[in-house]
Amino acid sequence: MLDNTKVPGLAIDRVGKVFQQAGKPDFRALDDVSLTIRPNEFFTLLGPSGCGKTTLLRMIAGFEHPSEGEIRLDGDPITGLPPNRRPVNTVFQNYALFPHLSVAANIGFGLEMLKKPRAEIEATVAQMLRLVRMEEMADRKTSQISGGQQQRVALARALAPRPRVLLLDEPLSALDLKLRKEMQIELKRMQAETGITFVFVTHDQEEALTMSDRIAVMSAGRVLQVGAPRDIYDRPANHFVANFIGDSNFLTGTVVEMSAGLVSIRLVNGAVLEASVPSSVTFGATATVVVRPEHAVLAAPGEGVIAGEVETVIYFGTDTHFHIRTGEGATFIVRQQNRRGDAAVAQRGEAVSIHLPPGVATVLAGEA
Amino acid sequence: MSVAGPEAEARQRRWLTLPAVAVITLFGVLPLVIVVVYSLLRSAPYGGVEWTFSTDAYVSFLYQKDIFDDTLQFHADYLLIYGRSLAFSVVTTFVCLILGFPTAYFIATRPVATRQIWLLLVTIPFWSNLLIRTLAIMLLIRDDGLVNNGLMWLGVIDTPFVMIFTDFAIVLGLFYSFLPFMVLPLFSSLEKLDFRLVEAGFDLYANRFQVLTRIILPIARPGIVAGCLLVFIPCIGAYVTPLILGGGKHLMIGSLIAEQFGSARNWPMGAAQALILMAGVLVALWFYGRNARRGVAHAR
Ligand SMILES: Nc1ncnc2c1ncn2[C@@H]1O[C@H](COP(=O)(O)OP(=O)(O)OP(=O)(O)O)[C@@H](O)[C@H]1O
Ligand SMILES: [Mg+2]
Repeated sequence: MLDNTKVPGLAIDRVGKVFQQAGKPDFRALDDVSLTIRPNEFFTLLGPSGCGKTTLLRMIAGFEHPSEGEIRLDGDPITGLPPNRRPVNTVFQNYALFPHLSVAANIGFGLEMLKKPRAEIEATVAQMLRLVRMEEMADRKTSQISGGQQQRVALARALAPRPRVLLLDEPLSALDLKLRKEMQIELKRMQAETGITFVFVTHDQEEALTMSDRIAVMSAGRVLQVGAPRDIYDRPANHFVANFIGDSNFLTGTVVEMSAGLVSIRLVNGAVLEASVPSSVTFGATATVVVRPEHAVLAAPGEGVIAGEVETVIYFGTDTHFHIRTGEGATFIVRQQNRRGDAAVAQRGEAVSIHLPPGVATVLAGEA
Repeated sequence: MSVAGPEAEARQRRWLTLPAVAVITLFGVLPLVIVVVYSLLRSAPYGGVEWTFSTDAYVSFLYQKDIFDDTLQFHADYLLIYGRSLAFSVVTTFVCLILGFPTAYFIATRPVATRQIWLLLVTIPFWSNLLIRTLAIMLLIRDDGLVNNGLMWLGVIDTPFVMIFTDFAIVLGLFYSFLPFMVLPLFSSLEKLDFRLVEAGFDLYANRFQVLTRIILPIARPGIVAGCLLVFIPCIGAYVTPLILGGGKHLMIGSLIAEQFGSARNWPMGAAQALILMAGVLVALWFYGRNARRGVAHAR
């Protein structure tokens, strides 16, 4: 039998969490979660509010105990260790900087608790201050620096003891858009420079797509899909993932033909569509396919597979969104990139059709 | 609408402060002035004062006039009393802090709904008169009181354990009277403590003791200083508790001052000693001001 207990990295093995609340029924926050996070990976937990991301992170850090399952770090179970004995550090959502200590003392705190020699602490703190570009603020109080700077100090403080895993709970959510974009790039840079495994929590799908090596999409305490950003975006496993990440159009039809990796689906309006299929489907079954708005193309009436009428035109600068009311009464969104000098491709009220180039449609698994 | 000029506005504001100024003058400054004036007069043989200037009251705090040749001789009786009061107050404050801190921490970590109940329980002793509470303690710790009888009934001791009229009794009484003054400010600073900071401490490899000494205590410091002060100040001038539970065996500042106005009929002396006590308290306050400012800067 394969010995899978010595896999390097962070293994979350069939972990569940039930919260017991006085006077209320028990609440299951996590259900049978299994993940293997590789060393050096930028791994993101993505999901809507309340899906259990923080709970999972707190169990990795040691602040909560799993009700079921086990967490292993490089093959060694860490479930029984208290937080101060785990080589794991956290960047807290609200930063949780120590208000009575200076920026430098905050960064050095972990090393000091680990009883490192003075000289080493000072050297590491200086190095961390450089890494987060906060050298001039070393002696400031944490109340005397801006939100973005506090965030960087929190990051430096968690990185200084060189943990094997760094947990980040929505560290960017309190920042404004511009700073947020800057910090996203800096976070990526620091992860590359330090080579530490990052487990990053966010409910912003764009942030997840741009930053991660792999993403786990969660909903209601379960992991729905794990994969590289591109996999998840192009081949969402189910309706929820497709809806949560990016905009999606859903079409239903019947499977009429099957070949390797491709199926033909007859849509309700009679048109036949070729779609890629991640898992198996049965011949003659009803299937839902998903089409990303930017993969569909507007065409003259009769040229595409679906006929409709332009209901709304929304200009976004880089692209334009067309909401098309189809013959079946559904709304289909087409996103078209804007080029210089182009007039809008179609006007409101115009009759159009939607062309779907080969390979843009994906069959959703588990949707009969 | 007519707009009042800045001078008119300032004048108006001055009128608004009048009640506050009046209250402070009438009940704060005026009595103090009287005390200062009395302390600088000569005592009349049957109480009251003679209206002649004299620093005798202050001089006699440290020196005794020789009956024969009027030379001044140093005597430490009063200093001893002040020292004793100080020692009792320090010990009481310390005991209050050691026992009050876990209590306040316990309350601050309860769910919000139950916190109110615990706080209420802490303040319940305040609902009855200090004298009654002190007499109740006396009943408990007497030689044939509840504690001794209970211990003897259980067979733990054969002869009563003498507690009443001892230093222990005084500290116990003071501790019991002033504990809420410690718990309440400690609670209010611990309640504001962000427990995510505690988690951050554990996350950064601190053990429980280090989390307490390196994170919780420094952040709760304004509460600790305020609590210590609120216990220490009334403690050092306490009158009823040392008198009843100490059996009047050892004089403390409170009793000493009361005695000057009462049986000793030396009003200037009483006034001077009250002022010396006040000066001591002011020095303590000054220290507090310095520490609290530092603490507040931390807590922000
Ligand atoms: N101590 C607790 N007791 C009871 N229920 C809890 C507790 N902690 C979390 N929960 C519940 O568990 C669920 C998951 O919470 P969690 O904080 O992990 O969500 P999240 O995915 O981090 O959400 P958000 O994006 O809003 O931070 C929520 O429904 C929450 O109410
Ligand atoms: Mg959360």
